Amino acid sequence: MIQTLAFYLFASLVVASAVMVIMARNPVHSVLWLILAFFNAAGLMVLVGAEFIAALLVIVYVGAVAVLFLFVVMMLDIDMAAMRAGFIRNFPFGLAIAAILLAELFLGIGAYQAGGLTLGTPDGTGQAAMGASNIEAIGTLLYGKYIVLFEVAGIILLVAMIGAIVLTHREAKPGARGRQDIGKQISRRPEEATVMKNPNTGEGVEL
Amino acid sequence: MTEFFQSLGMSYEWAWGVATVAGILLIALPLMLAVAMVIYVDRKVLGAIMLRRGPNVVGPFGLLQSFADGLKVFLQETIIPTAANKGIFLLAPIITFTVALAAWAVIPFDAGVVLADINVGLLYVLAISSLGVYGVVMSGWASNSKYPFFSAMRAAAQMISYEVSIGFVLVCVVLYAGTFNMTGIVEAQRGHGLGVINGFFINPLLFPMFVVFFISALAETARAPFDLTEAESELVAGYQTEYSSMSFALFWLGEYANILLMCSLCTLLFMGGWLPPIEWAPLYYVPGIVWFLLKTFMFFFMFSWIWATVPRYRYDQLMRLGWKVFLPMSLLFVALISGYLMATGHFVK
Repeated sequence: MIQTLAFYLFASLVVASAVMVIMARNPVHSVLWLILAFFNAAGLMVLVGAEFIAALLVIVYVGAVAVLFLFVVMMLDIDMAAMRAGFIRNFPFGLAIAAILLAELFLGIGAYQAGGLTLGTPDGTGQAAMGASNIEAIGTLLYGKYIVLFEVAGIILLVAMIGAIVLTHREAKPGARGRQDIGKQISRRPEEATVMKNPNTGEGVEL
Repeated sequence: MTEFFQSLGMSYEWAWGVATVAGILLIALPLMLAVAMVIYVDRKVLGAIMLRRGPNVVGPFGLLQSFADGLKVFLQETIIPTAANKGIFLLAPIITFTVALAAWAVIPFDAGVVLADINVGLLYVLAISSLGVYGVVMSGWASNSKYPFFSAMRAAAQMISYEVSIGFVLVCVVLYAGTFNMTGIVEAQRGHGLGVINGFFINPLLFPMFVVFFISALAETARAPFDLTEAESELVAGYQTEYSSMSFALFWLGEYANILLMCSLCTLLFMGGWLPPIEWAPLYYVPGIVWFLLKTFMFFFMFSWIWATVPRYRYDQLMRLGWKVFLPMSLLFVALISGYLMATGHFVK
């Protein structure tokens, strides 16, 4: 009873806020609606007993990715009129993406109903222990059966990260000011940074 | 508590509902009282270190100062700037306050005294504390004023940076404890130091992580020396500049509730939570909650001590510390600790 109520609450909120993401006039409002959608999706995950996925959804998407979205959108000066002008031109493209997503959804549901998903143990023979907690089950799968895929995904992410840093990194010109050497700053002593002068009245100081 | 209400003749659902609401009130109301007292302590400690008296007028020893402040703020007019984005402007302090309270659901005050004893307790705390940044960012943007906006930018970058190293520190603790459950983590610390001392802090591999966690907690709650989000010399009062009356008070309360949360996390993860510091039978006559509160208060004292002692960091120094010192260091320790535990056969039980 309570679970059914909670499900409909979360599900309707996900759909409503997803609609608001594309309907909102202000892009910052869009991002905030998106965050609400993420949050309610996490609620749905808790309802089906996937509390680990729910926690990850909140930590990764709400806590990090959406903050960066908000960060960028807040600083942009977006001209909504110019964006709306391109609506008709981009409409077929958007429709194609929507169709692909819908087809994928049907494929996924079809595969699930055909029993195409087998959750296995490290050797790929049996099912993951039903009594095991979420984290243990996911750990067994990720670091057992799917270890190669998992590592490859990790390496791809690492390469992408280093690539982004290398592409945006600007080497300072030699002798440029503003670069700091923290070790040098910390090891500086008052004796080498200051001088005591005792000038006579009416005379300047030569440094 | 559900059983108690069931024994009064309620059905299970009703008893559960009433017990949960009672539990929430039992945590939230004393927490608000604690926040009020802790603000007083903060000002008193600061005063003592600066050789002043601190609050000493309202009530005996000035004990009622926070309540007087609360009443004053409550009676003020709520001013909303005309250029502000009204809805988000009012939503931001509410989010800060709610998020600061929500994380307390999984904090165990004593053996079994916890509102929600869930399996992924630590992840829940991490998830909720990562939401804290929204209140600040939304208020900064909605105020439509430049200083709050700068402050919001700083807050977003600062909180994300330090969350990364906090995450890795938590991984280290979880590796030792073998569970994400808060109660399980505290129990794993029983007799951790040669069977005598309760707490992970005594472990030479975990002690550096303890220090990293404590400093990251300072940065995560934007406490001095990392209070760049409200650096008064540059940003007036940061994201709170445009707020007045209760909307300002909600930020204030949420901030201190967050600080207390971080102190209690230090206690639970490294100092053995409600366990007495030394595994010695007579110490167990003291109720667990007393140990928990004493340890939490000790950390809070360290927070105010640091506030009074250290000058504020510059922004680039803050980023350097987060990304170039803490992140590699905590990563190294994750590898070290998992390697050590693997070699000593800790995982084979």
